[in-house]
Amino acid sequence: MTLKDWTLPLIVLAAAAVLAPLPVVAGSYWMALLVNILMYATLATAWALFSGPTHYVSLATAAFFGLGAYTMAFLGEKLPLPLVYGVAALIGAVVATIVGLSTLRLSGVYFVIFTFGLAELVRQLVTWGEAKYGGTVGRFVFIDVTQQGIYWMLLGLLVLILLTGFAIQRSRLGWALRAIGEDETVARHAGIDTTVSKVAVFVVSATFMTVVGAIMAPRWTYIDPSIAFNPIISFQVLIMALLGGASRLYGPILGVVPLAILFEILQANFPNSFSILLGLAFLVIVYFVPNGIVGLIDQGRGAFIRATRRRPHPAE
Amino acid sequence: MFLVDVILSGLILGGMYALIAMGLSLQYGVARIMNLAYGEFTIAASFMAYLLFTAAGISPILALAVAMPLSFALNWGIYRVLMTPLVRRAKSPGALEVDSILATFGLLFVVQGIMLVAFGGSYVSYSYLAIPVEIIGSTVALNRLLAAGLAVGIALALTAFLMRTRIGTAIRAVAVNPAAAPLVGIDTTAYAAFAFGLGGALVAASGVLVSMFFTFNASMGVVFTMKALIVVIMGGVGNIFGALVAGLILGLAESLTAAFLDGGLTLAVNFALFLAILLVKPTGLFGKAAR
Repeated sequence: MTLKDWTLPLIVLAAAAVLAPLPVVAGSYWMALLVNILMYATLATAWALFSGPTHYVSLATAAFFGLGAYTMAFLGEKLPLPLVYGVAALIGAVVATIVGLSTLRLSGVYFVIFTFGLAELVRQLVTWGEAKYGGTVGRFVFIDVTQQGIYWMLLGLLVLILLTGFAIQRSRLGWALRAIGEDETVARHAGIDTTVSKVAVFVVSATFMTVVGAIMAPRWTYIDPSIAFNPIISFQVLIMALLGGASRLYGPILGVVPLAILFEILQANFPNSFSILLGLAFLVIVYFVPNGIVGLIDQGRGAFIRATRRRPHPAE
Repeated sequence: MFLVDVILSGLILGGMYALIAMGLSLQYGVARIMNLAYGEFTIAASFMAYLLFTAAGISPILALAVAMPLSFALNWGIYRVLMTPLVRRAKSPGALEVDSILATFGLLFVVQGIMLVAFGGSYVSYSYLAIPVEIIGSTVALNRLLAAGLAVGIALALTAFLMRTRIGTAIRAVAVNPAAAPLVGIDTTAYAAFAFGLGGALVAASGVLVSMFFTFNASMGVVFTMKALIVVIMGGVGNIFGALVAGLILGLAESLTAAFLDGGLTLAVNFALFLAILLVKPTGLFGKAAR
């Protein structure tokens, strides 16, 4: 690896080092907003690890996020904290492997539909299990994790996701995924084991989402299935990643920051019509920014290069 | 007769599912738009029937005559205004599928949001023809029977329309091959818009019929979308008869699960059926060999 190859990881680490001390200066309102942004940044970046290169649109984010939150609710007081995150990751990985093996053999639209319903399915199963064996609808999560603690954990996780994504992009697996995204049949003929490649990255992506759920659970103190498996989570992650552009590793973050702030403002000022505005924001993005902010940047850069080339040389 | 009860209620439920799914089958099979906001339109029609009945005393049967043309026009407009740019932009059928899913996903939240603002989140129902009727020793409410009967009637009328008329034949041609249909003088875009609107008329019909015996609220649309999607894929995309059979199977499976296993597991059984069909026969029960 040359120095140039190390730029991205170095930038990531430098940015994290700049962001890390923020909790020391930020007040509690700003902390809440920052944690919110980081939560969506981790989820959207993890989402794009899989859905970016393969073009498989997954709506299952809430399913894994909720699994993580419920793992914390069940085990948070019984096991030491680091172990709980480990268990959450394990559960996420196992569920993702099962889901991946059974659905990723299917082509595009069936995958979207299944993931669309997956969160609902898991939610129904959890509600049923809780009513039958737990005798409750919701659960309290009394775990001593401060807002700052959540912030630092999410920041660390985001760095880890970005570095993992960087490693995947540079590996054979990254090439395989991009080939699948271009044309799956061709990829298969070129000798790529498409199922293994897709499932592997799907599992990595879902595991990160599950851990995010486990980290976020203590912030709510009370969770029930309709909070933890809220389909709006999948929806927001999707539109944030789309606005940013899923074709680059850092793309989703560019979408998360403006939208998380916008949603915060909308929710505070127009709580009743939030859903309408959310839908409209989504339509605007689909129709007018189809390739995301990253696409706009690339377009701008292309135009700039063409413009500078066309300019006559001073010596002429 | 417990078993007769279960089977009868399963068949009635299944008939409704079939009707709900037929509209989506037309929209997806002919117009190639995977409409994720579909269930919100069902609920919107239910609310309309509810309003007409409680505020003006208009019977749901008459409400059908209002809701169906209205929804036809609305969906036709949606296709013309919102979907046509996506159809033009799409480089491949796959790209159109993804784009339409994303656009209708946004639409879902807009429609749901409007209903939440208008009606709040509470559950609503009204009592129309709630008269017990006895069939082979089992008691059923008249409104359910009427709804199931109308559902079958509408399904038969639709099948006859698609199979026997010139317009129906053209619609089937577009469904089979949108690239070849223009070669025989069929205006693909016009027929796709017509089929999308027709699907809208069906969704309104199912919404009105469901409201006659079902308690609903503004955020329930997603459940109907899911069921409709499962039925459409089980029955084979664009296959109306397949949708009818798949709907009945789904309804029976649900009522049997609720009766013999646990009411909380019906959705899980839905998905198990759905996955099993996808894995064994991805083109649906009556689908042709893989494309």
